[in-house]
Amino acid sequence: MRGHDSNDLGKGRCIVHVTGLLTSAFTAISHKAHAQGIECNINFKMQFMLLFSRQGKLRLQKWYVPLSDTQKKKISREVIQMVLARKPKMCSFLEWRDLKIVYKRYASLYFCCAVEDQENELITLEIIHRYVELLDKYFGSVCELDIIFNFEKAYYILDEFILGGEAQETSKKNVLKAIEQADMLQEEAETPRSVLEEIGLT
Amino acid sequence: MSDVVEKTLSALPGLFDSQTGAAKITNRLKQLIKSITELTSKHEEENLMKQELCAMKEQVSSPNTSMRQMREVMVRAMYCEMLGYDASFTYIHAIKLAQQGGVLEKRVGYLAVSLFLSEGHELLLLLVNTVLKDLQSTNLIEACMALTVVAQVFPKDMIPAVLPLVEDKLSHPKEIIRRKAVLALYKFYLFAPNQVQHIHAKFRKALCDKDPGVMTASLHIYLQLIRESPDAYKDLTSSFVAILKQVVGGKLPMDFHYHNVPAPWLQIQLLRILSLLGREDQSTSELMYEVLDESLRRAEMNHNITYAILYECVKAVYTIHPKADLLEKAARCIGNFVLSPKINLKYLGLKALTYVVQHDAKLALQHQMTIIECLDHSDFTIKRETLELLFRITNAQNVTVIVEKMLDFLRGCSDEHTIIHLVGKVAELAEKFAPDNSWFIQTMSDVFSIGGDLLQQDVPNNFLRLLAEGSESKEEDDELRLYAVDSYLTVLKEDASQLPQHFLQVMSWVLGEYSHLQECVDQREVIRLLTKLLDQRSVSSETRVWILSALTKISEGQTDLILDLAESLSSSQDTVLRQQALELRHLSQDSQLHGWVLPRGAPWDSMEVDSSLSFLDGFVSEALAAGAAPYKPPHQRQEELSEERALNLEPYSFSLPVSFSSCSMTDRQSPTLLSVSSGLSGNSTELSQKESSSTLILEGVKRVWGKDGYLPQKETAATAPPVDEPSVAVHPSGQQEAAERKEPQPEPSTQNLDKQQLASSLFVGLGAQSSISLLGKSEAPPPRFRKKPRPHESSSSSGTSERSSDSSSRSSHSTTDSFLYGSLLEEEPATSISTPKSTTANGLGQSKHTEGDRRANTSQILGSDMVIVRPNTIQDKHPPSASSDLIALLPPELKDLPHSDVVSLTSDPSLSLASCRMFRDEALLLVIFICNSTETVIKDVAVQLTCEELETASLRGNVVDCLEGKSTSVCHYALLMDEPHTSVSFSGTVSYQTQPGHTNTLPFSGTLSTADFIRPLVVTTEEYGKLWLSLSHDVKQNLKLLTDAGGDPLRTTLDALKDALQLHVVDIIGSEGIVACRLLSGAPCLLHCRVNGAALAMWLRSPHPALPDCILYHCQRALAEH
Repeated sequence: MRGHDSNDLGKGRCIVHVTGLLTSAFTAISHKAHAQGIECNINFKMQFMLLFSRQGKLRLQKWYVPLSDTQKKKISREVIQMVLARKPKMCSFLEWRDLKIVYKRYASLYFCCAVEDQENELITLEIIHRYVELLDKYFGSVCELDIIFNFEKAYYILDEFILGGEAQETSKKNVLKAIEQADMLQEEAETPRSVLEEIGLT
Repeated sequence: MSDVVEKTLSALPGLFDSQTGAAKITNRLKQLIKSITELTSKHEEENLMKQELCAMKEQVSSPNTSMRQMREVMVRAMYCEMLGYDASFTYIHAIKLAQQGGVLEKRVGYLAVSLFLSEGHELLLLLVNTVLKDLQSTNLIEACMALTVVAQVFPKDMIPAVLPLVEDKLSHPKEIIRRKAVLALYKFYLFAPNQVQHIHAKFRKALCDKDPGVMTASLHIYLQLIRESPDAYKDLTSSFVAILKQVVGGKLPMDFHYHNVPAPWLQIQLLRILSLLGREDQSTSELMYEVLDESLRRAEMNHNITYAILYECVKAVYTIHPKADLLEKAARCIGNFVLSPKINLKYLGLKALTYVVQHDAKLALQHQMTIIECLDHSDFTIKRETLELLFRITNAQNVTVIVEKMLDFLRGCSDEHTIIHLVGKVAELAEKFAPDNSWFIQTMSDVFSIGGDLLQQDVPNNFLRLLAEGSESKEEDDELRLYAVDSYLTVLKEDASQLPQHFLQVMSWVLGEYSHLQECVDQREVIRLLTKLLDQRSVSSETRVWILSALTKISEGQTDLILDLAESLSSSQDTVLRQQALELRHLSQDSQLHGWVLPRGAPWDSMEVDSSLSFLDGFVSEALAAGAAPYKPPHQRQEELSEERALNLEPYSFSLPVSFSSCSMTDRQSPTLLSVSSGLSGNSTELSQKESSSTLILEGVKRVWGKDGYLPQKETAATAPPVDEPSVAVHPSGQQEAAERKEPQPEPSTQNLDKQQLASSLFVGLGAQSSISLLGKSEAPPPRFRKKPRPHESSSSSGTSERSSDSSSRSSHSTTDSFLYGSLLEEEPATSISTPKSTTANGLGQSKHTEGDRRANTSQILGSDMVIVRPNTIQDKHPPSASSDLIALLPPELKDLPHSDVVSLTSDPSLSLASCRMFRDEALLLVIFICNSTETVIKDVAVQLTCEELETASLRGNVVDCLEGKSTSVCHYALLMDEPHTSVSFSGTVSYQTQPGHTNTLPFSGTLSTADFIRPLVVTTEEYGKLWLSLSHDVKQNLKLLTDAGGDPLRTTLDALKDALQLHVVDIIGSEGIVACRLLSGAPCLLHCRVNGAALAMWLRSPHPALPDCILYHCQRALAEH
């Protein structure tokens, strides 16, 4: 039955309107190109993470999909605006383009992730929370200032927790252990050198 | 500026001191940050940053800058980039830092690289060697850093270089290294799957890793692999189940707990994998029932994370092969979500509901009121998700309400993406379920004007195709077209300058094609309106072409109006427009040619197009002979071009053709590239070529130019499959009743009641089509619209084609079984009857006879063995005249049963049929009286009854060898209802012989309501209380309170219900009443009624999920009719 149908169609379809054809081909291309901008993998993985203040100042940004700088700027501006416009009683999820924005406010800082539409928003919310817990444990009751002045540390922690958009290690202990090990190395390396340099300077 | 920052600035010195070591190095950065926070204007910030960047530039290019200083610069550069200032001059130094620095510098360097450079950045190539070196380093930290960067950004072409090293890391003694290696491989898999094919065995090893972190990481890979080919990994199901069991059982170390929940991320990952594996696979699904049950049970704590797991569980349960008790538990879980006061959970509940209503539409019924509340929610996100849910439960009866809601939402919405998305859905619903022409055209006009030019091209294309292809009946099509013409003329008479281009294009096409159908409108008026459009500045040149081609079609005989226009446009800058204008001029002067090229009202499908352009073969071969280069398709050209231009860094295995433009051009079947204009406009190039040059060889042109002239470009439309659902104008009877139900109820206008009303109009029809739930897959609703199935369309209409093939199998059923009929006669009553039961004559007669019983006509196989037959025929010599006489014919044991009136079913000159319902405790008896209206003997009378939703008795004994003149025979069926339906229809046939060898058939049909299957349940108040607590499914709704009788309104109302529905009123205490009933001798349903102002708050509970809804429905009807 179905085979019969498709035969008929195969014979019958035609394209007549030259301009119509071209434009629809072009729109198809541009649409596809647009879609490729952000949606390159059919995957649950996180697309990007932004930390920003109540005033809309970006405090941290991590992109898990390749985008140009101008795109990144445009997107973060758009997302920050949207999230800041939300009222406190509203839910923590937003539809944006074909993605979901999941955000949560901790004191003066907004944590915000963009995930695939199909993703479980609650688990993303808990990923944010786990990250905050990690920061809190590392800095010892973290505040916005800690992140402003030590943003590279915040990046290190994030990289140990989420890698390439997927949760890498969910054990709090393991993440912090990895960071501490690297930090320890840093201190060791630091001490002799800074002494030397100081000697060199004097 | 951030007040928090300001407040704490004074505390800064202390903060610096506490951070020893690093403090000095990052001093410069801290100063920068501090001074930036102190600034008040954007302008000042820009100045400061300019200075800062200059200083940095100087610093990085100075040869004296130490690695350490460089590190500090890099951190500052990251900060600048975060503020949005370009520091790209530092990128190369970031790579250098990673390359040359010590561990400390490397760390910063790698971080900077991963932040600055995204995949595909050319500088990344410079990183490869560094990564290779560090991967081989014995220093754990260095190896870790290298793996981290590989898993984030790495040039795709260089994967083979590092692959062996990363692979080796899978057996590294440190788990952190193994874990990162697994994630790096996952990344490689996503980008270049065929390069990691050989290590699939190692993935299995990673899955068995003793470290839970490594195992968790490997699940990312498996999720992806299984998503792509679930069948290849079925053998792992039991392993995944075992892992999940251990996790749920708390066997993992405590550090993996999150808020006392064991490894939630791991659980979710496993649930996703299991649902992919168990999908449409019963035996695999069976392996996981237990653990899913366990997961549902364990996740009882009231925390977000448990809800996140529950959500995945519910999705898994509804994805895999269904199991009744799991489904029930999952459905209850959704209740927890939806009813939660926490808005995030409510949102997720809606989302879950949206997912599960695809499998069981009735679940939406239980949450009607919540859904309605969410529809008016102040939160945009919630509203939008609710609309998504409504979209899924739309059917022919609630479509107008739902579409109205969606359009309302769209009118207040400004987000482009949402508009495009939702408008497409509205168009889809309108096509599928439109109740009538005017609504359809009106809705599509709304779609075009709201969607504006954001609209996806296929929406207008589909719409035009629908108009063009039409359906079986020409009158109906023309009616629709005519309506479109009328409404567009009205639109155009008003100010059209604000209308979107797509809408204008659609209108001009429709007017061009069909304005001749409207006889009372002067063609000159149409031409005038279209010409007016052309003059408008806002009209794009593409639209102008559409308008012009419409004008070309209707210009016949109106040369005076056209010529000026054609003249002025034939000097247009736009070449396409110019060409059109020239054609228009030419055709309007030559009416014979016009008639040839654009025959009016030619059948849509008489047309063939030579899509291979074979008629050009001669021309091509001549050109080739003259030395022209052979044609290459664009993608080939592009490939060659790129080969010439640059080194191919791609491994040989995957070079893919680049261009999709070529695919879409050649694929003539693509629905989006539908021919939207007929006639000359399209192949006009060929036309003008023909006119201008005689070199074009037209041999082999197949029917493009036929003897009859130029054939219009109409698609040889898919000849509608013979099984096409008849275009339905008649509602199935059950639906009609349901539709009636929303009209009465002139309620006092309290807000709550408004919502009630909305609910009944939104959720109408959901309960009725409910042969669904336990089998998991809902039965597709009958297609409502007149459209032919479009097998080529992707997701949206795949349902349609399925349905049509479904119905074809149905009709083939009904043709096969006439011979089975005879053999069935000998069958024992208690054996299962597993053959479809309708004769050929039945099938034919019925499709003519009633649309409403289409469902019953489908002769579905009854899987039950619950057949009860009461063969009982009596003959009586006297033709009964009134129904009481008929009742008198009943066998003595039935005479005392309560019964309904006798209704006539059908009749023909020889026989007349009547039926009567008799209410027995355990079944409904459907009694059929067959009266011979002739004087002669009728032989071999056999009754056959089909009812899909009920368990029916069969045929045995319903055969009367010989029915004498003017006598009546009685037969009856015991009918059982297991699954409640608001109403069910039955149908059947009587076959008989008036002369030997000459069989006649007489079809009949009728409807039964659930009320017929409800019996009073006699319980005491105490028993009622106990039972009440044990029942799980409940539904609450406010009903009308009857106050007219003057007595106690509660009692009046309950009495009315009791009369209509055979309920048992257990007790009335004050303003509350309790009532009980049951479905035959099966599931009980308890009703608790309380007078609440002017309404009766009804609360129903039953062990059966659908029963309360059914009973509620009948209560509503009973009260409305009262």
